[in-house]
Amino acid sequence: MSTGALYNDQGGAEAAVEAGQESTPTSSGSGAAFGLFSADFKKNEDLKEMLESSKESLKLEAMKRIVGLIAKGKNASELFPAVVKNVASKNIELKKLVYVYLVRYAEEQQDLALLSISTFQRALKDPNQFIRASALRVLSSIRVPIIVPIMMLAIKEAAADLSPYVRKTSAHAIQKLFSLDADQKEQLIEVIEKLLKDKSTLVAGSVVMAFEEVCPDRIDLIHKNYRKLCNLLVDVEEWGQVVIISMLTRYARTQFTSPWKEGAMFDENNEKAFYESDSEEKKGHTEEKPYIMDPDHRLLLRNTKPLLQSRNTAVVMSVAQLYWHLAPKHEVSIVTKSLVRLLRSHREVQYIVLQNIATMSIQRKGMFEPFMKSFYVRSTDATHIKTLKLEILTNLANEANISTILREFQTYVKSQDKAFAAATIQAIGRCATNISEVTDTCLNGLVLLLSNRDETVVAESVVVIKKLLQTQPTQHSEIIKHMAKLFDNITVPMARASILWLIGEYCERVPKIAPDVLRKMAKSFTAEEDIVKLQTVNLAAKLYLTNSKQTKLLTQYILNLGKYDQNYDIRDRTRFIRQLIVPSEKSGALNKYARRILLAPKPAPVLESSFKDRDRFQLGTLSHSLNSKATGYQELSDWPAVAPDQSVRNVEIIEAVKEWTPTVGKTKQPKSDDKFYSDDEDEKEEEGSDSSGSEDSSSSSSEGLFMYFTMQMFSSCLAAKYHFPRQPCLYQPSMVAVQVILSNSSDHSLEEIHIGDRSPASLSIHCFNTIERLEPEASVTVSMGIDFSDSTQAANFQLCTKEDQFSVSIQPAVGELLMPSSMTEQDFCKEQGKLQGMNETSATITMETANASSQAISKQVLSVANVGVVSSSQNNFSRFAGRTVSSGALVLVSLELKESSTALLTINTEKTVMASMLLRDIKQALTQA
Amino acid sequence: MIHSLFLVNASGDIFLEKHWKSVVSRSVCDYFFEAQERATEPENVPPVIPTPHHYLISVLRHRIYFVAVIQSEVPPLFVIEFLHRVVDTFQDYFGVCTEAAIKDNVVVVYELLEEMLDNGFPLATESNILKELIKPPTILRTMVNTITGSTNVGEQLPTGQLSVVPWRRTGVKYTNNEAYFDVVEEIDAIIDKSGSTITAEIQGVIDACVKLTGMPDLTLSFMNPRLLDDVSFHPCVRFKRWEAERILSFIPPDGNFRLLSYHVSSQNLVAIPVYVKHNITFREGSSQGRFDLTLGPKQTMGKAVESVLVSSQLPRGVLNANLNPSQGTYTFDPVTKLLSWDVGKINPQKLPSLKGTMSLQAGASKPDENPTINIQFKIQQMAISGLKVNRLDMYGEKYKPFKGIKYMTKAGKSVLQRMHIVNCK
Repeated sequence: MSTGALYNDQGGAEAAVEAGQESTPTSSGSGAAFGLFSADFKKNEDLKEMLESSKESLKLEAMKRIVGLIAKGKNASELFPAVVKNVASKNIELKKLVYVYLVRYAEEQQDLALLSISTFQRALKDPNQFIRASALRVLSSIRVPIIVPIMMLAIKEAAADLSPYVRKTSAHAIQKLFSLDADQKEQLIEVIEKLLKDKSTLVAGSVVMAFEEVCPDRIDLIHKNYRKLCNLLVDVEEWGQVVIISMLTRYARTQFTSPWKEGAMFDENNEKAFYESDSEEKKGHTEEKPYIMDPDHRLLLRNTKPLLQSRNTAVVMSVAQLYWHLAPKHEVSIVTKSLVRLLRSHREVQYIVLQNIATMSIQRKGMFEPFMKSFYVRSTDATHIKTLKLEILTNLANEANISTILREFQTYVKSQDKAFAAATIQAIGRCATNISEVTDTCLNGLVLLLSNRDETVVAESVVVIKKLLQTQPTQHSEIIKHMAKLFDNITVPMARASILWLIGEYCERVPKIAPDVLRKMAKSFTAEEDIVKLQTVNLAAKLYLTNSKQTKLLTQYILNLGKYDQNYDIRDRTRFIRQLIVPSEKSGALNKYARRILLAPKPAPVLESSFKDRDRFQLGTLSHSLNSKATGYQELSDWPAVAPDQSVRNVEIIEAVKEWTPTVGKTKQPKSDDKFYSDDEDEKEEEGSDSSGSEDSSSSSSEGLFMYFTMQMFSSCLAAKYHFPRQPCLYQPSMVAVQVILSNSSDHSLEEIHIGDRSPASLSIHCFNTIERLEPEASVTVSMGIDFSDSTQAANFQLCTKEDQFSVSIQPAVGELLMPSSMTEQDFCKEQGKLQGMNETSATITMETANASSQAISKQVLSVANVGVVSSSQNNFSRFAGRTVSSGALVLVSLELKESSTALLTINTEKTVMASMLLRDIKQALTQA
Repeated sequence: MIHSLFLVNASGDIFLEKHWKSVVSRSVCDYFFEAQERATEPENVPPVIPTPHHYLISVLRHRIYFVAVIQSEVPPLFVIEFLHRVVDTFQDYFGVCTEAAIKDNVVVVYELLEEMLDNGFPLATESNILKELIKPPTILRTMVNTITGSTNVGEQLPTGQLSVVPWRRTGVKYTNNEAYFDVVEEIDAIIDKSGSTITAEIQGVIDACVKLTGMPDLTLSFMNPRLLDDVSFHPCVRFKRWEAERILSFIPPDGNFRLLSYHVSSQNLVAIPVYVKHNITFREGSSQGRFDLTLGPKQTMGKAVESVLVSSQLPRGVLNANLNPSQGTYTFDPVTKLLSWDVGKINPQKLPSLKGTMSLQAGASKPDENPTINIQFKIQQMAISGLKVNRLDMYGEKYKPFKGIKYMTKAGKSVLQRMHIVNCK
């Protein structure tokens, strides 16, 4: 401890001295006179003093300098006590900088960090959602194990927060807590499960991220949310999209059967037109085929496709990999164009995309062949980009385009970038082996390159020619002779070794030249590189066996040189060869087979792409990029032979089919399973259109306007609809009256319909009496009372029949939690005067012109909230009053019309959370036509 | 996800570090420095580097490496895209993204990075939201701040983050309502030594500067939308409307943004508006070579070709060049062998040319590699693909905005002409 502190002190002092030098150079003169140490001490004191002063600006200045130190990686931990005091500062910038400091050093100064916790705990209860969110953010970033329980509590609370932004923050906090204490896993999974059900697009990306980090194997949590995630995907922020897509790819590979069966391939042509029309799945059409794609599988493919147009390259890449791993083969090619588009992005993006294209192009040449010219190398490209493009061009080469590609390669060989020229020669070699028509042309071209002036080019050509000759060991003695002639001028060891090996291997085809080469090598043996020496020994041995008359002495000489070489590999090899070829008593049986061993026909090396087996990794991943498994890589499973139960993805209840209907007795439309999707889509579109600010909702009007929610049970045929009749509840004044219409659409009668368990358990519900029997096609209306305790949190309960039970959740709109209250204008103003400050929420809104009259305003406001109109003497004021049902708190809404259809909307109530929600709802109703 | 970020300058010094999780020692960058040393050119540092416990993913922009430290599997493009977004944001805030600018604004940089990532996962990357949270430093504001002691952190809390149109601030007000659109097309091409095009493609963008009050809803339609082969949109564009009607319909972000980038298919043969004639000869037995380069305009529809800059990496054997430009200035760097000629505007009546001699190293062999010429140019008032905006309409607001559309064509990163060196006996 003491030494640690000592080091810290010194570190801090050093840091401070440097900070001092950089920020206030004026005082450095005196520092030298005082001696280094005292000066340091003073500097630190300086910052401390500034932090402890009463002036905000001084504190801020000090914090800025400290952040500067942190940014440079200097140690400023010594200042912790002085900094942490300012955690509750009113100045936002100062507070933020203190947060930055706190998160950086809390881990090192755990005890002191605890001092700040209470501030955050208080902020977690703040009525402002941003303050709650930022408190949770910082609290969860403080890596101090002692506060794990506090964090857990805060996360649980935030996950149920009304604000989606706070819920998003809680999803982030889950990962932080998990990395701090993995023992909390089970509890965290519960929170994740809850957040996965969230319908907000803000939350979706973050919670899936948490899921991936904490429990990627709990695929069962996804089932129920799969369709929702697919439908939300387009509206999720771009980073969330990447995470969700990659998770769904993995999910789909475990849940659906392979679309790559023979049958699907066979129908490629006639299916294409049908898919491109992008219509709904036609059941009749697909049924004739052996393979039927799961509608959920299709849903995923359909909903990700528009994302290929994203400006975010990571999103485009993740959709591309999704199609590659999940789509039927003939559909994969729709990603090509988008991938090629990414090639015009930054260098680093190009690098990753080209790697993935390289892997794809091995299996599917056809996908990229039309875009071949996009892979032509530019002299401005970086070397690794050039090499990758070359790789892809080689993969794409076939009989039809090889002449174009070779012509292009010829230019590359003359490139100024010699490493690249060498890589081109390798590529030519690969083309030559893969496409037999051009082998000879390539070989001739390569031989011409042997007279190139650049050494690396020549050397690479030799190596490639060697490989080519091996694949075609026919009549190539001319080339070997030519290479033997060049031998003196080539200095690159690999090339020299290759020539020696070639001459040795085909020594019988060049009987005159081979011994001569050996003679030259014997002279220069000691000066050669190891690899050349090894091949010289090799050549000597082979010649000894085939032509011992001429080479016996030479071989002996070389073997003697090798015996005393510095390199043990060479000594070893020499000894081995000597025993093998020179008969002696010890050598025994092997000697007889020496010729067969050394001159055995050797299999030609296969020239293939280095990307050949990269497809074992999921495309677009880090592992794919590195070609080795990265930490935390999740294996993509094989398609199951038989699809697991599809019904797990069915969602029992859809609560959100919102309808604004003036008529009460609207009959429920029969809904088939198919329709389910379109419903969901409608819902999504409705959300989307809210954003664009032009849709049809809430155009109708009348006093008796209810909000309808349709609930549906799929597994049985009990359907329930509920609405808020806006009557005082008969059973208890603190309850909200709810009317439920239960109808039986099955073919048998249902018995003993009643309400079962409820959650939260404390929820007080006035239940309807058990319905003994409900005949088919019959329906019955019952009324219930629910005490929502003035929150829009859904009331969940079980609706039971004799055989079955379903969970039902009723979520009220905030306006339904109110009761009209009658008061005079004077009273209104008086009450409003009491509810100022914190209790006032207001916004300026621009109304749709149709809503600008006070009558229309009343209509719209009443449609949203159950409040009473306060008669007004002023024309430009509309006032409404109500009380919350449970606690009877006053809610006052006033609207002041200003010029040109703008208006100031003010809500006064002590229920601030309700106020902000109500404000939003009313605003929405008024701004929409 | 992203664990830490290090900023490394060209000379290999770490000048800024930021950690989102536990602190990672800066010694992890040693692996990066190793790779940097191995690379011959700064661009050749591999973007993904594995180390025993971490992975380093880096991007190079403005001669600064942004090195992100990753601990486990994550799509590399995710990190790369994010890092580029960081650079764009810095550029947006400080005008330039240089080491000096970052050091001067280290507090703002830190505040930005803090908001952009939470626990390594991107939080707010939309520049509109960030600007609400943290005001960009301007000279005036810095002065006011030092005098009054006020801050550059937004007092208001960001509402945009919650809105369904997160890219647009609420309550935008302007006295002059204006919307400008710049259609900028870039040509990338490879031309072979005889002057015929091997491959050429047009990459276009529509950059917008929209300063409109309230919540305007714009639609933009084209005369010839078929030209757009492959498009990617700003998130504000309604995709369905485009699919159905080929009309861009959107609620614009406030200020500058890129509305659309598109690609004109290479199937329509692209005409390069400039041609280059070259003649480079070396004679056997002489250390002198002749150099002759002439430029001319081609199919520019009467528009002037401006800001022409020609550069070429001459063969290594060339010792010096003694050239005579008919207009503009040229430089030749004897160390890097880079010849660049700033031509300026091409006058079709009097074509610019660059003629003269090159001297070879004594005794050096005649160069056999073929250099390339990189041509840069600009043409105002013309979109080379022929794309034309038909009309721009505004709904949702009552005032009449001022609208303007500008076209420009320029050379992209590489309009490359391959040269041919003739060696005479």
